[in-house]
Amino acid sequence: MDLIRAVESEQLRTDIPHFQAGDTVRVHVKVVEGSNERIQIFEGIVLRRMGGGINELFTVRKISQGVGVERTFPIHSPRIAKIEVVRQGKVRRARLYYLRERSGRAARIRERRRS
Amino acid sequence: MAKGILGKKLGMTQIFSAEGFLIPVTVIEAGPCTVVQKKTMENDNYLALQLGFGDRRERLFNKPQKGHFAKANVKPKRYLREIRIKSDNEFAKLNVGDEVTVSIFTEGEKVDVTGTTKGKGYQGSIKRHNQARGPMTHGSHYHRGVGSLNAVDPARVFKGRKLPGRMGGERRTIQNLEIVKVDPDRNLLLVKGAVPGVKGSLVIVRNAVKG
Repeated sequence: MDLIRAVESEQLRTDIPHFQAGDTVRVHVKVVEGSNERIQIFEGIVLRRMGGGINELFTVRKISQGVGVERTFPIHSPRIAKIEVVRQGKVRRARLYYLRERSGRAARIRERRRS
Repeated sequence: MAKGILGKKLGMTQIFSAEGFLIPVTVIEAGPCTVVQKKTMENDNYLALQLGFGDRRERLFNKPQKGHFAKANVKPKRYLREIRIKSDNEFAKLNVGDEVTVSIFTEGEKVDVTGTTKGKGYQGSIKRHNQARGPMTHGSHYHRGVGSLNAVDPARVFKGRKLPGRMGGERRTIQNLEIVKVDPDRNLLLVKGAVPGVKGSLVIVRNAVKG
């Protein structure tokens, strides 16, 4: 078991900032188009973080042209160039699935003040 | 090239490839194995290397076993398995007492992995033989049972009829698994995909027959 952890730990990234469900993040994703690579930004609210270790994933939701879009990223993926935390949200649960049924003003999340 | 190594299945995880894809891998702690005996054409009428792998307390070996290892002048090993070889390759040039490590494999190579599958206990024919079940409703009265046993005329059931019984715990080989990573420092092989057996069980990693 420890050897498996050791194999995983080589791949873990240490440059990921702390964030949790309810936070608004900007994910800088490396996109390959043909032969060249560029960075695309996906900004939205973190719906959930799930899994642990190398298998940890997080889901970001945003409203794009009136349509809700969710993307799930492996947190330690080398495809992610950078994650910026734009805003910290105050929420009372770890999985914000209820946001899917809400839109506009009802989908707002209060900001968490650093204490 | 015929070659192989014995190892212990440690479990599964995922790793990222260079392109950023997540690959499911099985981690195998393979070797170091020692060559305990060499089967030759003259003596045995076939070619094979007998590899020893894993440690066990010395007093657990009986005298004939100790004698077998003493003849090769190596420490007694827990597992002994033979790897069939061909006369013309490098792996066959190893002699009794030599070590076999994971470095015989390279990344990207295809291998066959043999192990003993997990025991499932007594299972019905649906799980054991992938048979289909009957309708659960509409007065069917035939749900998960065995189908027809035979025609009436022979007045017996032919051998090989698929019936419920003990499932699992059999030797199985998974072919053409890709080696994702070789770690000679920790004696690890990372093989893409699943491998038969419980964690901690013995597996034999050989070069792919169809590769």
